[in-house]
Amino acid sequence: MSSPSYGQIGVDGLWRNNPALVQLLGLCPLLAVTGSVVNALGLGLATLVVLTCSNIVVSIFRNYASDAIRLPAFVMIIATFTTCAQLVMQAFTYELYLILGIFIPLIVTNCAILGRADAFASKNNVIRSAWDGISMGTGFLLVLLVLGACREILAEGKLFTNMSLLFGDAASTWEIQVFSTDYPGFLVAALPPGAFIITGFLIALKQYIDGVIERAQPSEAVIKGSKRVRTTGDIA
Amino acid sequence: MTKPLKSSPHLKSQLTTDQVMRLVIFACIPAALLMYQFFGVGVLINLALAIISAVTAETAIVALRGRSILAALRDNSAILTAVLLGLALPAYCSWWIPVVGSVIAIVIAKQLFGGLGANPFNPAMVGYVVLLISFPVEMSQWIGAREFTDGSPGLDAILSNASIDAWTMATPLDAVRNLQGITYNELVASDPQLSAGIIGSKPFEAINFAFLLGGLYLLKRRIFTWHAPVAMLVSLFVISLLFWSGSGSDTNGSPMFHLFSGATMMGAFFIITDPVSGCTSRRGRLIFGALVGVLVYVIRAWGNYPDAVAFAVLLANLSAPFIDYYTTPRSYGHTSSKIIISSKEDA
Repeated sequence: MSSPSYGQIGVDGLWRNNPALVQLLGLCPLLAVTGSVVNALGLGLATLVVLTCSNIVVSIFRNYASDAIRLPAFVMIIATFTTCAQLVMQAFTYELYLILGIFIPLIVTNCAILGRADAFASKNNVIRSAWDGISMGTGFLLVLLVLGACREILAEGKLFTNMSLLFGDAASTWEIQVFSTDYPGFLVAALPPGAFIITGFLIALKQYIDGVIERAQPSEAVIKGSKRVRTTGDIA
Repeated sequence: MTKPLKSSPHLKSQLTTDQVMRLVIFACIPAALLMYQFFGVGVLINLALAIISAVTAETAIVALRGRSILAALRDNSAILTAVLLGLALPAYCSWWIPVVGSVIAIVIAKQLFGGLGANPFNPAMVGYVVLLISFPVEMSQWIGAREFTDGSPGLDAILSNASIDAWTMATPLDAVRNLQGITYNELVASDPQLSAGIIGSKPFEAINFAFLLGGLYLLKRRIFTWHAPVAMLVSLFVISLLFWSGSGSDTNGSPMFHLFSGATMMGAFFIITDPVSGCTSRRGRLIFGALVGVLVYVIRAWGNYPDAVAFAVLLANLSAPFIDYYTTPRSYGHTSSKIIISSKEDA
């Protein structure tokens, strides 16, 4: 099996095969915790770390786990790193840990992670798997951030509120008032239906950009003449 | 020759979509005029804003979709959606409420699902629900009818976005839900809107009667069948009778109170009769209407929102395909409708 190049792996994770916008995996945390940028960033970073570490370990053990037990083994590995991430967040960002709540342990069930373990890490060497984990995790993180920003602006008219939960007191002044203070707040954006609708618009935007890129590229030169065997007429 | 060939000039052709929509809009006029009479010019402003923004949104989204703009505008469906939404909004709400609601109704609830005929949910109700859960304070500020308050806010009050708190009153449904330690009779005695009415509050029962009249006219013109409205009203009557605990402070209101409060009649004749998002078979329409009636009562009695019709309709819309699947009528020559379904799947 020919392995994809590093560039290809990067483009796959960030754009072409983005876990949130194309594979539509891991939608549960995507929709549940992206009410604000800080929540999205917290969960996105945790997912990125778990995804990268589990890809590395799965890749190391890829030749020792038999096919029959590979999925339980992968889940055990992912669960280990999820527990680590949870303990780290509990130790260093306790308030954010409380806000994200059940969605940190639920990283175990994030299909994007198990999907990468089975589809990529179990078939490729350690360095490629690590790079795949980083690009997929970053792709997921970026979508979380955009979604979190959209929802925060629409629902509260502000951006980067409570960033001090993640970056300490220095970040308490990062808050930006996007709309004037008497902005009524479009509450539906903060609720799950709003998350679904905005995710739908993001997917549509991605496909629109893809379409524009495709049209901008020069189409392959049409080969003159018919490929069919012809007995009459001139052949170019 | 651009005229279509007509073989039997003595037969009246069926109404076209735009004619149906126009008739339904006309049937709303009595209720709209009554609402103007009670709540003042704010009702008409809501209607105008809703219609203008709905038509603009329809034009824009249909152009984006690359469809014929004229064909989409000519069927009057955007105007009807806007009229229903505008009548559901509290008068003198901020100007952006009807605008946001119409844009969401047309763009998200209708055109993104594929346009008229392909929308699984009633667009006006989606717009209303999005507004209600997004702006609960704005959306529950119904002003009292003019004759029970000191006049009504003028144009300057709307243009300056001034607080209209001075004119707002609890709607009867809200007042009955939040009976705090007083009996129903004491509430009626203290609330001028309720005491002036025969079975409920004067403005809302009159508006409900106007919608009932408009609905009966549409029924006579055979715009829809009687099944869904009758099923809804009967089921609402029965369930509110079952749970009616007299006029103590724990009352949920009498059956007649529920029939002539809030948006009951508007929902029964103008919303759940929507041929697109409702059921298609007759038995299905009976079940659909009954489901809406029960849900309306459940949400009114034990929910937290000012009225329940929009939520009930959306939940029923969601189950309409399921109901339709199990109520497919038996077609002539077959012993049961099951055969049709299975043979369709085989084909």
